[in-house]
Amino acid sequence: MKTKDQIALQEVVTKSITISGAEAVIRCLLAEGIDLIYGYPGGAIMPVYDELYKFQDQLNHVLTRHEQGATHAAQGYARTSGKVGVAIATSGPGATNLVTGIADAQIDSTPMVCITGQVGSHLLGSDAFQETDIIGISTPVTKWNYQITNADEIPEIFAKAFYIAKSGRPGPVLIDITKNAQFETLDFNYQKCTGVRSYKPAPALDTQAVTQAAEMINNAKKPFIVWGQGVILGGAEDEFKAFVEKSGIPAAWTILGLSALPTAHPLNVGMVGMHGNYGPNLLTNECDLLIAIGMRFDDRVTGNLDTYAKQAKIIHFEIDPAEINKNVKVDLPLLGDCKVSLRSLIPLIQKKSHDQWIDRFDELMKVEVKEVIDKDLYPQKEGLTMGEVIVSINKHTRGDAVLVTDVGQHQMVACRYTDFVRSRSNVTSGGLGTMGFALPAALGAKMGAPEREVVAVIGDGGYQMTIQELGTIFQTQAAVKIVVLNNEFLGMVRQWQQLFFDKRYASTEMVNPDFITIAKGYYLDAKKVDKRENLDAAVAEMIASDKPYFLEVCVEKEDNVFPMIPTGASVSDIRLK
Amino acid sequence: MEKTFTISIYSENNVGLLNRISSIFLKRHINIESLTTSQSEIKDVFRFIIIVKLQEEGVKKLIKQIEKQVDVIKAFYHTDEETIFQESALYKVKSSALFEERHIQNIIKESHANIVTVSPEYFVIEKTGFRNETDRLYQDLAPFGLLQFVRSGRISVTKSKMGISEILKKFKSDN
Repeated sequence: MKTKDQIALQEVVTKSITISGAEAVIRCLLAEGIDLIYGYPGGAIMPVYDELYKFQDQLNHVLTRHEQGATHAAQGYARTSGKVGVAIATSGPGATNLVTGIADAQIDSTPMVCITGQVGSHLLGSDAFQETDIIGISTPVTKWNYQITNADEIPEIFAKAFYIAKSGRPGPVLIDITKNAQFETLDFNYQKCTGVRSYKPAPALDTQAVTQAAEMINNAKKPFIVWGQGVILGGAEDEFKAFVEKSGIPAAWTILGLSALPTAHPLNVGMVGMHGNYGPNLLTNECDLLIAIGMRFDDRVTGNLDTYAKQAKIIHFEIDPAEINKNVKVDLPLLGDCKVSLRSLIPLIQKKSHDQWIDRFDELMKVEVKEVIDKDLYPQKEGLTMGEVIVSINKHTRGDAVLVTDVGQHQMVACRYTDFVRSRSNVTSGGLGTMGFALPAALGAKMGAPEREVVAVIGDGGYQMTIQELGTIFQTQAAVKIVVLNNEFLGMVRQWQQLFFDKRYASTEMVNPDFITIAKGYYLDAKKVDKRENLDAAVAEMIASDKPYFLEVCVEKEDNVFPMIPTGASVSDIRLK
Repeated sequence: MEKTFTISIYSENNVGLLNRISSIFLKRHINIESLTTSQSEIKDVFRFIIIVKLQEEGVKKLIKQIEKQVDVIKAFYHTDEETIFQESALYKVKSSALFEERHIQNIIKESHANIVTVSPEYFVIEKTGFRNETDRLYQDLAPFGLLQFVRSGRISVTKSKMGISEILKKFKSDN
């Protein structure tokens, strides 16, 4: 059966022209409004690159230094711009190098289309040079994938791919194109996909569930909101804010939900999860109604499920039916696009304030400030803390930068302490925990939001996993501000070794190169700070620069991130030290 | 408690979908007892019948993950009581056994099996039914020497209605 019988189409390019498959690929991208892609050329994708050369005034191709970098850059671009990120690579190793970024985009619901070249269809299965079964390899980590073996398929498959990547719960799609399909000609016209008969992007609004939710919310004495990235992906920030303000309910974020509500909002009570704030975690087990919006009850959020919010009724706003009752049994699923659901819910809820209940969050925040936060942000000891670096960044960006983080201690500290005033300002690898994500993602984030200050905060471990992308940053001159918090350790693993493995620091100590020399080797402005008195001026200089800038801050080697819920423990067992 | 469930999937007939569906089981370390695919009652729509032994909670989650796949139109699960199901088995036996051992003819007759083909060297018997029926015939024939034995995966239809045509019709009228 032909793809066009399975999907619904809307005409965009009506005049039919006879062109090569490779040119059709470019024209499909242009028809989808794509003007920027990241990639790396190679044998099996060369016909497409040849067309990229011809179309370079309409379609900007950024040459990353590794295909993994192309995927993370595409992700960063998608996360700040809200558009679909595109990465392109050749067959074989080019394709397999995309897999980490695809898996990251899948678990963090990032809209991305990856294009890979493939050996000629007559060679498929012959173990030809640079042949790999990328369809087989990418199947479990893509929302959808497809192998094009003749040029005629290109327009419909691209239309379907973009529709799938960005609709409903977004995700990565991979299109593999055999070399013969790139060379062959086709009669090209382009129709946008408006539906796939076997696929339902978002369940319809359940008005009865909305009424029921309103009743539960209106009757709750100690309601608590936990929101995730669904609010951002659904473009529901305004509705969400209106809901929070009218209901007067304290709201906490998951790491991917961060920045959907300004940090300073009086009802923003902080982060939930393993290194989240004290109050939101403890009070998860005290609230009488838990309202989960666009989040998926990840194990890093819930801790031990047997002791998670057992006393509470739970409402789950969710676009993906497969997330309902997956980890946490909920009393009321509210399926659908949360922008639509929240809109219909707001008129039904009573305007309230929950002062006494909010006081509980404030009290616990005071405890956390005294036990943890003051020591992190205003340390009395000699060594620099990660927290005080964030304070300085907040000061010089006026709390309005895009924060891009990698994975580990610095990620937790940066997300805990960075100030945000607008949405789509936090780019991090949450679900997959991909070290090496931040540097290329920061490049993409900057290109997706060129008017904004983009600060990448990275650990010395993850930085070295994709350090080659300094070359891409240099070549594009994207004014990314790169801050490496160097503790000469794989800090988060070391922290676990200290706490749970009797300080046996197996392979976590790093002997690092001279990062300044490396940055300067890429002709980047670079500075190193190892004393507190130099920190603020260095951060000021970095932010004032209109070019890419590298700042290394040598921080205390064996600091730990607290609060912490040990793996498998209850949110009630959150530790302050 | 673990039970046998029949998972029915209606899908597009696209290359790679079997891999996508089986990877859902693999990711969760779930063994597939049997799997058959074929054309369904609707033109261009394929049907998978997958048998698993799971707790109902687990099979519910599995169905949602399967249905989430773009090329899957709809997935269902049913218990044995809710379905009419059969398996087919083929038994290849030496022809000499048929003529030398009278008893074998009685076995075939009593089991309501069919003789599919007879040649001077071998003959092939077909039996369709429940697992215990094809098993019994296997045990009865084994002493005479089975040259080959093969059994299909379960095929089944449900007692209740599936409603796939309505979904496809609705898509057509909406677009």
